[in-house]
Amino acid sequence: MTTHTDLTKAVDLSRKPKPLYARPTLLRHQSGLMNKMGTQPRITPTDAIDGVPVSELVAQYGSPLFVYSQRTIEHRYRELQSNLARRYPKVQPAWSYKTCYLDAVCRTYHKEGSWAECVSGMEVNKALRNGMPMNKVVFNGPAKDEPTLLAALKGGAVVNIDHFDELAAIEQLAKTHGLFPKVGIRLNMATGNTPRWDRFGFNLDNGQAWDAVRRLQAGGRLSLNGLHAHFGTFILDADNYTIGATKVTAFVNRLKRELGITLDYIDLGGGFASQNRLKTQYLPGDQVTPSLAQYAEAVTRGLSELDYAEHELPTLITETGRGLIDEAGTLVTTVLANKRLADGRRAVVVDAGVNLLYTAFWYNFEIETTAPVVGVPEPTVVFGPLCMNIDVVREHIMLPPLPVGTRLLIRPVGAYAVTQSMSFIHLQPAVAMIGPDGQHAEIRAAETLDDLVRNERVPEWIEAGPQPAAGRPATPGRPGTPVLPRLTPLSAADRAIRLN
Amino acid sequence: MRAFTGTVAVTGLNATDNPGPGVAVIRALRADPLFQGQIVGLAYDALDPGVYLPGLLDAAFMVPYPSAGRGAIFERLAYIKHRVGLDVLLPTLDSELPAFLDQEETLRAMGIGTFLPTRAQYEQRAKARLHELRTQHGVAVPDSEPIYEAHDLIRLGQRMGYPLVVKGVFYGAEICHTHAEAVGAFHKAAAKWGLPIIVQQYIPGDDLCVAAVGDGQGGLIGAVPMKKLMVTDKGKGWAGVTVQDEPLMALTRDVMRALKWRGPCEVEALRDAAGGYHLLEINPRFPAWVDLSMGAGNNLPMAAVRLSRGEPVAPQADYIVGAAFVRASVNQIVNIADLAPLSTIGELHPDSQTSRAFA
Amino acid sequence: MSSTQTHHTDPQTATLANLAVSPTGFVFDPRTGATFSVNPSGRALLEGIRDGLSLDALVDKLADDFEAAGADLRRDAMEFARSLKDQGLLPNTFELA
Repeated sequence: MTTHTDLTKAVDLSRKPKPLYARPTLLRHQSGLMNKMGTQPRITPTDAIDGVPVSELVAQYGSPLFVYSQRTIEHRYRELQSNLARRYPKVQPAWSYKTCYLDAVCRTYHKEGSWAECVSGMEVNKALRNGMPMNKVVFNGPAKDEPTLLAALKGGAVVNIDHFDELAAIEQLAKTHGLFPKVGIRLNMATGNTPRWDRFGFNLDNGQAWDAVRRLQAGGRLSLNGLHAHFGTFILDADNYTIGATKVTAFVNRLKRELGITLDYIDLGGGFASQNRLKTQYLPGDQVTPSLAQYAEAVTRGLSELDYAEHELPTLITETGRGLIDEAGTLVTTVLANKRLADGRRAVVVDAGVNLLYTAFWYNFEIETTAPVVGVPEPTVVFGPLCMNIDVVREHIMLPPLPVGTRLLIRPVGAYAVTQSMSFIHLQPAVAMIGPDGQHAEIRAAETLDDLVRNERVPEWIEAGPQPAAGRPATPGRPGTPVLPRLTPLSAADRAIRLN
Repeated sequence: MRAFTGTVAVTGLNATDNPGPGVAVIRALRADPLFQGQIVGLAYDALDPGVYLPGLLDAAFMVPYPSAGRGAIFERLAYIKHRVGLDVLLPTLDSELPAFLDQEETLRAMGIGTFLPTRAQYEQRAKARLHELRTQHGVAVPDSEPIYEAHDLIRLGQRMGYPLVVKGVFYGAEICHTHAEAVGAFHKAAAKWGLPIIVQQYIPGDDLCVAAVGDGQGGLIGAVPMKKLMVTDKGKGWAGVTVQDEPLMALTRDVMRALKWRGPCEVEALRDAAGGYHLLEINPRFPAWVDLSMGAGNNLPMAAVRLSRGEPVAPQADYIVGAAFVRASVNQIVNIADLAPLSTIGELHPDSQTSRAFA
Repeated sequence: MSSTQTHHTDPQTATLANLAVSPTGFVFDPRTGATFSVNPSGRALLEGIRDGLSLDALVDKLADDFEAAGADLRRDAMEFARSLKDQGLLPNTFELA
């Protein structure tokens, strides 16, 4: 017997290696939900962004971490610019600041030749400090503050009027300051196949836009030099742009024919969809999102009937935001815990939640692993780090068991996620950018407690410390510990005053 | 014509009470004396009934849902090609088509042939844009409009009157008699298939269907018209007969010409009391009764397979009038162990007994 | 189909003893008709618990059967037992020895 045992041990060395361990899973089959080939993360993990290992980025900047790819930003921008320029002679993209107004991102677009599209005084000032002259700023939005508006009018910005009250306010401002500015008006209209987008601008279909032009002319102070229209957001059917641009074209031609107005620009806004997936969308972006070429074709096809000589054609301004930058942004996050919910579902807690992904309320993001993970994917809820019930990044995604410390990539998150992030419960993380040659740097440092409290003030009467109530002995506290003043209940009369 | 010897993959094996077309497509192929190839079933659920029909498949594989994205789907196809060979892919479900549109080159590079519409053709026949066929090509289509908000049902109710039809963007149509019913149907369909929702005027009349294959140039390779003889509570034909209906065939030819349709489809139409024909829908794939085309002597699945392989197929206008189908529900008796391979390793090879028995 | 024979008749693990398990990890509960998938480590644990192994013995078994350096096998074994309870395959009163 001993000989036999020895032999087994000897043979043991040449045995094939033991299978790799994966956390044990028990998955109950439910018809319709049991497709193990189902929505699992990409089988091959993504361990680098633009060639830079995710581990290197996290070691340097921490987790969670937003990462922008300059290469993708530039590539998408050039793709849009060239696709439009091939089809229309005068094209001018304007970077939609609200989509991501980090200086490094904006300056990348400006270097590529993009103007700035701003919808608040803050954004206009940011564009100016990013080196944009005022005459390359497009100023939109329903709430333009007076000082910025005045500076914009004086500096020759593209100003698109949103409503009649603003038209009157601009006229007044022009009179006060002796200006005769050129302005544009914003139009809205039905384009057939997308939800109505009629809260901004003047309606084209019911004649309101025509009234606005007549009203503008009657004022004798402003002259119309452009039109602005934005057909909606995340428009998956490019034909909406053809329908919209055709309607705008008819309006432009009528302005010229009946009122003798020739325009300097037509601003057709943004609204191009990214590869992201809306919660109402069944198929992923790779199967439904039109390409930039398709969008460009749809937009310019609608402009083909413009009644202008080629060299007099108005400049086509675009304000594409999401469609340009969404795929350039990745959020690196780390698994903090695995859980089993009472109903049997697996849950995973990660260090980035809706504090950084407000957009998680309408998108189902892709979640990719950065290293091979063994194990059976099963339906999983992905929770963020907030101690809040609403903090859900994905309600349902097929994921294998993820060891604590696993790095995940959430994408695409280039659009809106950073600008809509909030310092809530957790401080905001760093944002890094990877350059075209694989160099990388922080473009926004992680927030500190000092940043958070910088603008806080504690009124003097709270700051002053213990104020023992008159006629009472001071409450003894621990040595060195300030004692809070005792609260006295309000009298009935006081209460009545406070409540009114 | 030469015998066909390649391997064909077919989806839509969900032969339930609302059946996918896969089983009918495969039965048509198997019945053709010149079909000497292998058939691989692509399943979304280990319980897809078609998988367990004796003699139907040479192998079955689980495939990712269309919502998993093209990358996952193509990766799986490459694996299947590697495992058992794959020469022709015949998708049969609406929701899986977008993954394969305009991918003909990529698939051909993988050695997989398809014969499918272009994305432009596919989008033009979409329910949400069917009304354009009326305005742009003069095809008779009932009044319809895609909507994104239930609120619009008030306006459409006034325009179209009740009853009206509320349709999901991929599947499902519900005849609604009141505003409240329509709102309910809107939300139900939106939750399942997303937006938009298509609202269509209701026209009473006879439902007619045509299974067809378009040549992509505006012509017809073949078409077989069918009148439903028996309909389930879900509106699915459970029995039907081929008919001689020249206006219906003319409508089908008009649709093919307007769309330059390429590949299989089903044209759904309606004949009103006055004898007028209205186009209701164009499904971008074969119907679940397409084996009737084989019975009528105009085997459309076989034509699609040959076209996918790049073989020329001459148009065939003839079919037997009076060929009928009567569908039957049968219970297939298997061992619980037979369900194991698909639900654990994701593939099934009926001839091999390995991995089937319990320990 | 024959269920695997058990070596003992512990009522706590009677349900487990009746399960049919295929080599690919397909599990059939003949009592309820429910079916499950287990991965290889899950299968090892299921069989170990069925055979009455202690927690320590289960951990040793996993370490023997798999390349598991760095894994928290004790936690995983306890969590798996919890899953078996959640799915009604072990009584809630069951405790690993």
